[in-house]
Amino acid sequence: MSVVYDIAKKVASMWSLIVGLRVTTKNFFQPQVTVHYPRQSVDNLSTFRGHIELVGQPKDPATPRCITCMLCATVCPSQCISITKAKAPPPEPAKKLPDHAEGPLVPPEKAEPPKAKVIKTPGSFELNFNTCSLCGMCVQNCPVSSLRFSTDVYAAGFSRQEFEYDLMARLRLQAAVLGVAASQVNSPACEDTLERVDPEKYRLAKGPLTQADAVTKGKRGQAA
Amino acid sequence: MHIPMLGEVSIELIRLVLGLVLLAAFVGGNGVVLVWLERKVAGHIQRRPGPFEVGPHGLLQTLADAAKMVGKQLVTPAGADKLLFWLAPLLAFLPVFVLFLPISWGEGIFVLETNLGLVLILAFAGINVVAVMVGGWASNNKYGVLGAARAVAQSVAYEIPLLLSVLAISFMTGSLDLNRIVELQGNWPWQWNVLVQPVAFVIYFICGLAETNRAPFDLPEGESELTAGFHTEYSGMGFGLFMLAEYANMLVVCGVASILFLGGWKGPFLPGPWWLLAKMYALMALIMWCRWTFPRVRFDQLLNFNWKWLIPITLANLFLTAVLVKVF
Ligand code: SF4
Ligand code: SF4
Repeated sequence: MSVVYDIAKKVASMWSLIVGLRVTTKNFFQPQVTVHYPRQSVDNLSTFRGHIELVGQPKDPATPRCITCMLCATVCPSQCISITKAKAPPPEPAKKLPDHAEGPLVPPEKAEPPKAKVIKTPGSFELNFNTCSLCGMCVQNCPVSSLRFSTDVYAAGFSRQEFEYDLMARLRLQAAVLGVAASQVNSPACEDTLERVDPEKYRLAKGPLTQADAVTKGKRGQAA
Repeated sequence: MHIPMLGEVSIELIRLVLGLVLLAAFVGGNGVVLVWLERKVAGHIQRRPGPFEVGPHGLLQTLADAAKMVGKQLVTPAGADKLLFWLAPLLAFLPVFVLFLPISWGEGIFVLETNLGLVLILAFAGINVVAVMVGGWASNNKYGVLGAARAVAQSVAYEIPLLLSVLAISFMTGSLDLNRIVELQGNWPWQWNVLVQPVAFVIYFICGLAETNRAPFDLPEGESELTAGFHTEYSGMGFGLFMLAEYANMLVVCGVASILFLGGWKGPFLPGPWWLLAKMYALMALIMWCRWTFPRVRFDQLLNFNWKWLIPITLANLFLTAVLVKVF
């Protein structure tokens, strides 16, 4: 009897084939969920982990938060970060003590020597992206959160040299372009640069201007 | 059969040559359309557009692909048997023309009149397996050899239920002539053989999938485990010919299915060839639908399914048909 039961069970399980066909038919007639790339682009780039870039100080976006602790360059397994400290400005000439000082006279050898101001911003911050494995150790270990992943999905080039980034220059450019874009200058070249440098910020900076097309871009699958 | 006279021979010859040229155009054109259609179906089932950039809705994509393929270098792998290696794609593609010869496209529209059309098709369809086997073996590649071995085991196994299910129709109609089989069916669906022989139709269709190495029976070229199986090493048009042959074979399977079970070129209102084409394309769509729905079967499942299920069922079906034909 169990043979008959087995056969009946197997035949009954054939129903799953019909179910499968039904699933694919249903999907066939539903709207598509992909984006037609050159005409539309995705809007969820914030989680994209591109090459690393510097984060500017809140008040001075052209200067990185970096304190040149060199931790990132040290932990990087591929040694692709090279940082040099900025040179300290020449020490101010020591103030002459007034000839007739009031109060108790301090012998000159006991007076505190004038402190040289400690400069912590890096002089240069270079990334060799060719050997970077995008492990994220540098981003994770920076004590002042001065590093992050860029959302530059369009990084492409013809030579190795194009992937050796001067991150300080990049930050200055970003800050400059952002400042301009925030004041609503509609020069196409400027917008172009910004979009290339930082597509996400570009959208934010353009703000209400592109709110409408952000919505249309969000509606995926509608062929343009 | 009568001995043809000289005048008749030349007319037959002209008809044959003309027919072959038309068939070549038909096979090529269909390859282009079907590859595009397949990719569109796959795309839409997976909720994406499929080819979209070349031509309106990607219609010219296959032509672009073909141009690319023709431009590619033909590489023979080291240690391969050069002669057999390049013979295999030709071996796969050339019999395709013979397969189309006896198919009747309408009242009196056929390339070759023969009362053994079915036998001709079934005999020449087997050459495809030889081509796959030779190609896989001559590549000097372990994936190729594995694919070839699978192809042989699979084709040998599935040819049996295929023949048995076709035989059921032959028993009923008492003929191996495709023209005659069509003529015995009517214009309307309830006059078609599929109503009398539904089991044979389903089994023929399943075996057709297996014989043309289509998913879910595409083990000889299983991409996930054998990279591309027997055609792993083929580049450029070598691969192109295999591909074209696969699509042509699918068309033949669909054509024969339409003729045997779905009334062939018969149908109301429209002239014959359109009906046959429509039925072929409907079956092609079904094949594509299956491909993008069902996962590939395992090899033991494939053989078990054949030997334990298909063959006993077709044998029973054939026996029943024979008894009923004898009784009535
Ligand atoms: S992501 Fe990893 S490899 Fe790349 S720069 Fe940072 S630490 Fe180095
Ligand atoms: S770890 Fe952070 S603060 Fe330290 S050098 Fe690197 S970027 Fe600057």
